[in-house]
Amino acid sequence: MDEKELLNRFQAQIDAEIKIEPKDWMPDAYRQTLIRQMSQHAHSEIVGMLPEGNWVTRAPTLKRKAILLAKIQDEAGHGLYLYSATETLGISRQEMIDALHEGRAKYSSVFNYPTLNWADIGAIGWLVDGAAIMNQVALMRTSYGPYSRAMIRICKEESFHQRQGFDILYTLSRGSDEQKAMAQDALNRWWWPSMMMFGPHDSESTHSQQSTKWKIKRKSNDELRQDFVDNSVQQVKVLGLTLPDPDLKWNEERQHYDYGPIDWEEFWAVVKGRGPCNRERIAARKKAYDDGEWVREAALAYAKKKKAKEVLA
Amino acid sequence: MLFEYILQLADNQLILAQRLSELCGHGPALEQDIAITNISLDLIGQSRLLFQYAGKLDEQHRNEDQLAFLRPEKEYRNLLLVEQPNRDFAHVVLRQYLFDEFNFLNYSGLTNSKDEELAAIATKSLMEVKYHLRFSKNWVLRLGDGTAISHRKMQDALNNLWMYAGEMFEKTAIERDLVKAGIAVDVEQLMPTWKESVMSTLKEATLNIPEGGWYQSGGKKGVHSEHLGHLLAEMQFMQRAYPNLTW
Ligand SMILES: [Fe+2]
Ligand SMILES: [Fe+2]
Repeated sequence: MDEKELLNRFQAQIDAEIKIEPKDWMPDAYRQTLIRQMSQHAHSEIVGMLPEGNWVTRAPTLKRKAILLAKIQDEAGHGLYLYSATETLGISRQEMIDALHEGRAKYSSVFNYPTLNWADIGAIGWLVDGAAIMNQVALMRTSYGPYSRAMIRICKEESFHQRQGFDILYTLSRGSDEQKAMAQDALNRWWWPSMMMFGPHDSESTHSQQSTKWKIKRKSNDELRQDFVDNSVQQVKVLGLTLPDPDLKWNEERQHYDYGPIDWEEFWAVVKGRGPCNRERIAARKKAYDDGEWVREAALAYAKKKKAKEVLA
Repeated sequence: MLFEYILQLADNQLILAQRLSELCGHGPALEQDIAITNISLDLIGQSRLLFQYAGKLDEQHRNEDQLAFLRPEKEYRNLLLVEQPNRDFAHVVLRQYLFDEFNFLNYSGLTNSKDEELAAIATKSLMEVKYHLRFSKNWVLRLGDGTAISHRKMQDALNNLWMYAGEMFEKTAIERDLVKAGIAVDVEQLMPTWKESVMSTLKEATLNIPEGGWYQSGGKKGVHSEHLGHLLAEMQFMQRAYPNLTW
């Protein structure tokens, strides 16, 4: 079969909503797009552990500490599934991690913002996990089988994270003036970075068209962002807090909330490495990895020794 | 009296959990990051059961968080061993192993306590501690008998931590009375079994017991190392900075 025929069959399979599996033929660009997107997703789970990890040792109660630890541990688990799912495309975890540490691979820019007070843990759960869910629910129907299945597994846990985050903010919003101020401060700082999580406007997005045709992407950046805005405006009322956008208002004609302009200059600056914590995040990941090198080597050496002994016995 | 005994048990789980939680997101590989966090979570869970029980016996009716976060340093009765810092993964693993062997024996004994609630907590916790022990023991073996570097680091950790191990078997006056009443475990009697298991693991791991023996204790009496104050400053921060609130 020539390339063109293969390509037609591939597209027909996608159009018929039959998942592409690792052993199926796929165009190289499809494979590369998935490797880029999935490894970026895996890295986001792992780097995302850091801003929240910043509050584990200071969590205000034992129950909150346990919930936060369990949540971060879930994210590590998501990273693991996603690295394994990406490995089915013919790249190793090691290669992906090297790319992250050398700055060749990206992760969600939102994790380059600092967590400055306890309410940030609530805001991250509610908004950042909330925005991630929008994306991930859409990705449950993505065309690549292993990615789609990983998303189905992950989404269940994500909605729990979002509820826990909301619960932290809800408790603060019913607390002392200081607690309310903490919650508002956290929303002020996390709202716009969360809005930016959906990426550039559809008109500016470089990868979108092909990804949509291949059904890697099932909903556009702006569609997802609009869903997020509509949900958040409803939920923030329950909290009695304010989203930091004076232009938020219901548009009867569109049946959606309008929102103000996004600061794309800030977005690109953070993407390109000039956010508040870009250096620290990568440095922390590298340090953990480098400090762990002797441990990983010892585990390998020990396994080899054991095997050799078994052969002798 | 029972109140103090339970707090002492709870403090060990809590302080070790806090130490392990510092590693969340910074483990040597994702798999170990997850495993260490898991142990930390189990220990927090165990400490909560104990603090909740202690709260019921407390004359001041403190809840689990008031007990965990709002006591002055000298009222914490945890072992010096568990408050020692995470100097590297070798120290983490070895500290865990020495304590797990003890925790396992101690909880095993407590399942027969005449105090039913304590026995129930011990039975539940024991399942988790078996898993912790398997994890830490395997890592002591791997790292002790892994590479020359890992061996050196493990031996170094053993040299630094061994002196604290004896405190686990020191019996306080309160324990003495509660042992007579069939409520507490006689820690002195756990020592031979503990030593046998530990010696055999260390031998297999090609590690040598340092000379000098056991000579540091004080945690059980509230006299701690310099490390605990910093750990508490961080752990207690929110409760101290914003008292009497709901979180
Ligand atoms: Fe996640
Ligand atoms: Fe999450």
